[in-house]
Amino acid sequence: MKMMDLVEEQMFCSGHAACPGCIEALSVRHVLAALGPDTVAVVPPSCMAIIAGPQPFSSLRIPVYQPTLEASAASASGLRRALDAQGKRDTQVVVLAGDGGTYDIGFQCLSSAAERNEDFLYVCLDNEGYMNTGAQKSSSTPRYAKTGSTPAGKTSRKKNLTEIMAAHGVPYVATATAGFLPDLVRKVQKARAIRGTRILTLLIPCLDGWGLPDDGGLRAARYAVESGVFPLYEVGDGCRYTLNHASRTRPVADYLALQRRYRHLGQDDIARLQADVDEGWTRLMRRVAASEDELAASC
Amino acid sequence: MSDERHETMLLTGNHAVAWAARLARPKVAPGYPITPQTPILEKLTEFQADGEFDAEIITPESEHSVMAACIAASMAGVRVFTATASQGMLLMHELLHYAAGARAPIVMANVNRTVASPWAFWPDQTDSLAQRDTGWIQFYSESAQESLDTVIQAFRVAESVLVPVMVSHDAFYVSHALEPVQVPHQALVDEFLPPFAPPHRIDPDKVESWGNVVNQEMFNRHRRDIGEAMARVPSVAAEADRDWNRLTGRGWGIVERYRCDGARTVIVTMGSMCGTARDAVDAMREAGEPVGLLKVRLYRPLPVEALRAALAGVPEVLVLDRNYSPGHGGVLHQELRAALYGMDHAPTIRGLLAGVGGVNVSAQRIAEYVRDAAGIDAGPDSVWAR
Repeated sequence: MKMMDLVEEQMFCSGHAACPGCIEALSVRHVLAALGPDTVAVVPPSCMAIIAGPQPFSSLRIPVYQPTLEASAASASGLRRALDAQGKRDTQVVVLAGDGGTYDIGFQCLSSAAERNEDFLYVCLDNEGYMNTGAQKSSSTPRYAKTGSTPAGKTSRKKNLTEIMAAHGVPYVATATAGFLPDLVRKVQKARAIRGTRILTLLIPCLDGWGLPDDGGLRAARYAVESGVFPLYEVGDGCRYTLNHASRTRPVADYLALQRRYRHLGQDDIARLQADVDEGWTRLMRRVAASEDELAASC
Repeated sequence: MSDERHETMLLTGNHAVAWAARLARPKVAPGYPITPQTPILEKLTEFQADGEFDAEIITPESEHSVMAACIAASMAGVRVFTATASQGMLLMHELLHYAAGARAPIVMANVNRTVASPWAFWPDQTDSLAQRDTGWIQFYSESAQESLDTVIQAFRVAESVLVPVMVSHDAFYVSHALEPVQVPHQALVDEFLPPFAPPHRIDPDKVESWGNVVNQEMFNRHRRDIGEAMARVPSVAAEADRDWNRLTGRGWGIVERYRCDGARTVIVTMGSMCGTARDAVDAMREAGEPVGLLKVRLYRPLPVEALRAALAGVPEVLVLDRNYSPGHGGVLHQELRAALYGMDHAPTIRGLLAGVGGVNVSAQRIAEYVRDAAGIDAGPDSVWAR
């Protein structure tokens, strides 16, 4: 096995308030290390707000502004413009929000900020539900997953945030996960160098919310990618698609079997989810291929 | 017309506000269109396009996001201005609390307009009065000139006590009516309003944060701090107004006693109704009737001491409310009753719901209210004006 060569600037401190084994803490550690000290963070109510620490403590070595739940992208816009007005154009503004604060209640202002192409990096820490309030469904929760508010399993499918944000035509949209750390770090570094609205969705397997053992987070993240449930890809300017993990090497069933939230599924349910993933994968492959064709004609 | 202090222009109330905002040199100005506020936003974007307004203008998808951007920008240490009305004010409600809690000295103009449902566009102060518990300082303005002066003064007050300020004027009567307005020269405003440089701010060089969860004790202390800041507002606002008067020759007071000496009845009201009441008072004084007007310009915090002093020895008070709180009555009426409660020889207070929903209230009608006041119940309930 090849060891990863990480040059890490310690921006995230030990003693934070995340659950033991939390993939969100691990992910944010690497996101912040890649961004460096000239950064301010916007953290709405979410697991990340708890991890950031109660007053007067902070687990982040950068200033943190905690806005209301639905206002992250609008707050980041205000912060960005105020920094610009003070000549601090190189300071990075990063949003660290959950999926509830992004897919649901914060979506309206995120769409608006993307339309204005506001200059910030928006990182959605996607654990597929309202995990901070004890695991209820969000519009990021996948079909059939059991949550506190979908005790019989969710009937509708997961919203496709990456495609929606790509359709805004912003300079950079990508998916990543700590299960593929070099890819994640590369994407943060790439996003850091771009001006305008950049949106990274990080899949964060939630130990408690998904029903995983304390050491099971990274395995779930890897299986999600390897089964095609969570494809790793990038979209530039809404049209240039790049697939970062091109092969599917396991059935969706392998991924589902890891998690308590899917334990109630029968074979038909699993087949349905496999079909959903197959369909999504096919659609994504078509976009990747079309983008390669268009690239020749410069999209 | 102009002298070394100002240039006189024919302006609507909204354009007077836009001029005030321009002269105050905010660095960030988010805005969202809503009738009858829109001309403020449009004028500012026009100033900016002409290179006369050096601010970052943000045009998000809603007033909610406007206020969210205002707070974050203010926390980053820059001067911030915005404007809204009616539904926009209501949509901001959650964030108005947040702004005051964050001690973000934002200045916001509000054009008082009815709130739905049903839909309407008429002058009515319920929109901003419904925000009285959010922790914002509130001024009500009678004229375009006063709106210009008050917005500039509001920055001085907000930044002195680190509490946000809203300046309200009535839909159309003030927002769209044209008046000659003395627009002060930039140098004069710069003298009055030093650059905003808060000690605490979101800044990568300072590494200070805002918004982390606090414990009960910290929250309690924080509310007390806001209370202490609010308690300073009447004197800070009065001082700002005196300084402005010294520079421009115009002062408005936090309350204004108009022909109250020897008055048997004093009308108490806010906003454009003051102009009409002034005419009524003049006509009645002409006819030998002892009537005066007490205008409430600073509404939050309610300047209780000033109100008590202004109404000492007055036998009868008639409050005119162009707002309505169902189940409560006229908001100013109820607040004035509380403010004067326990005062020696307190006046008899009657409250009329006059002009709610933008219904026209003429000077003649106000004179009739005063003459017929004996027939109005002086109990705790506000009475609908005929």
